[in-house]
Amino acid sequence: MNNARVNRIKDVLFKYFGIVCTLSGLIILAIFILNILIDGVQRIDWSFMSSLPSRFPERAGILTAWTGTFWIFCLTAAIAIPIGVGAGVYLEEYSKKGWLANLLEINIANLAGVPSIIYGILGLEVFVRILGFGASLLAGSLTLALLILPIIIVATREAIRAVPKTIKEASFALGATKWQTISRQVLPASASSIITGIILALSRAVGETAPLIVVGALAYVPFVAKTPMDEFTVLPMQIFNWVSRPQHGFTINAAAAIIVLLCFVFLMIGIAVYIRNRAQKKNPW
Amino acid sequence: MLKIKEYIIEKALFMCALITVLTTAGIILILTVEAFSFFRNVSLYDFFTDPQWTPLYSEKHFGILSLLAGTFLTTVIAIMVALPVGMGIAIYLSEYAPRSFRKIIKPLLELLAAVPTVVYGFFALMVVTPFLQNIIPGVSGFNALSAGIVMGVMIIPFISSMSEDALHAVPKSLREAAYGMGSTRLQTVFRVTIPSASSGITASTILAISRAIGETMIVTIAAGQMPGLTLNPLKPVQTITAYIVQVSSGDVQFGSLEHQSIFAAGISLFALTFILNSVSFWIKKKYRIQYE
Repeated sequence: MNNARVNRIKDVLFKYFGIVCTLSGLIILAIFILNILIDGVQRIDWSFMSSLPSRFPERAGILTAWTGTFWIFCLTAAIAIPIGVGAGVYLEEYSKKGWLANLLEINIANLAGVPSIIYGILGLEVFVRILGFGASLLAGSLTLALLILPIIIVATREAIRAVPKTIKEASFALGATKWQTISRQVLPASASSIITGIILALSRAVGETAPLIVVGALAYVPFVAKTPMDEFTVLPMQIFNWVSRPQHGFTINAAAAIIVLLCFVFLMIGIAVYIRNRAQKKNPW
Repeated sequence: MLKIKEYIIEKALFMCALITVLTTAGIILILTVEAFSFFRNVSLYDFFTDPQWTPLYSEKHFGILSLLAGTFLTTVIAIMVALPVGMGIAIYLSEYAPRSFRKIIKPLLELLAAVPTVVYGFFALMVVTPFLQNIIPGVSGFNALSAGIVMGVMIIPFISSMSEDALHAVPKSLREAAYGMGSTRLQTVFRVTIPSASSGITASTILAISRAIGETMIVTIAAGQMPGLTLNPLKPVQTITAYIVQVSSGDVQFGSLEHQSIFAAGISLFALTFILNSVSFWIKKKYRIQYE
């Protein structure tokens, strides 16, 4: 065999290696979801969704956990969206080039890489102890809001940057002020990309466990939270708690709770992707 | 009137941006202040040389080395899984795959990164560990290997998508020159494209390492709670992150030395990931200038 042929064969072999790598990731994901479905799907029924936690696996439910997750979702969104979008708008439209802009930029890049558990430590000291919110829904949501801020800011900046300059210039030419231009032209034009980024960021917040453990979310909460100052648990906390127990019944409960959590997370991602695709299709520029 | 409104809005938006700086300042301040009071009771020398980490036992030792060993072990295993697979995916998608296939596969791969980590923990403990116990004798119920492998699966999309971007950014002319000389795609990839994209690939790998070091739930659930100076992947270990979880979910008194130890562990973790992130950021920045 001559050299050229050996190289051809190597090339083809490598192509198959690439295909195997690509598919292996997806196959692992599939095996893993299938496994959890087999373990947990028959456990999901109305009483599982509407029961309080219990020492007995057959009687335990996830009512406090999913309502907690819902609370956390709403509060985190309410805190993180205005701040994140605001910061993104400032950095893209207002901030002048200079040391401050540079500092902000490097800082956000770094924050995006800080381990989530470190945010938990920050939340524990600042929100739980110094501001005195206790191990409440509010403290947990504030912590998660800080965690996802960098993601929302980066998404907002990219979305705004994609808006053509001509739109802004036309608005200025008609005598609009800077804020009028931003609020009536730039933000509506970039809305779908910003919303996609926000939903993806929130889907991450919903799945977080570590920072909430540090903040003090409880594994056992015998009542449904009514105000943001109540103690709370969330689905990932409940799953963690059940996984750490030896009884088989709790393992099945954990699998069932995972199905509920995954449905929620994948639904959010699905919505985000749908919005992105729809926006790409009717994009005028 | 309009001018005042514009001014107020600009200041309000600036405040939003300032919160990110305050977050960083808060993290650094809290970790240093609390770690400082910890280091008044434990000498830095002991912290870095004591081979044991047993703050929750009656005979207390505070040697970060054993937590670092656990962190190092799980991270190395994760990278050994994620780097070859992630690079394989990146090269295949950017150089070989048809465009339509790439468009479908990329969002699916990103789902791997979207799965909550507690779910991966369940997977490691309930599926991967029993599987490993079947094929390798002497695997403990909690072990670094299973946690590391699953963590590797989780970080595959980080490596594959950032490396693919880096490969994609290599100018077409370079590839075409290589093809013109009669190279196959494989030769072009390894002798032209990868060397040209090396800084982007390095940056993505460093970021993935930092991600693995900071990952918490998988190692907490599947790697055990046993700090020890071991590099045996079949035995239980404890990582820095898992230790912080252990203390936080137990009933340790606020302000006690045990509780302060999470800040000492936290500052080590923060320093480690901060250095890696900065190096990655710096490499990437340099690389951008090179190609634009």
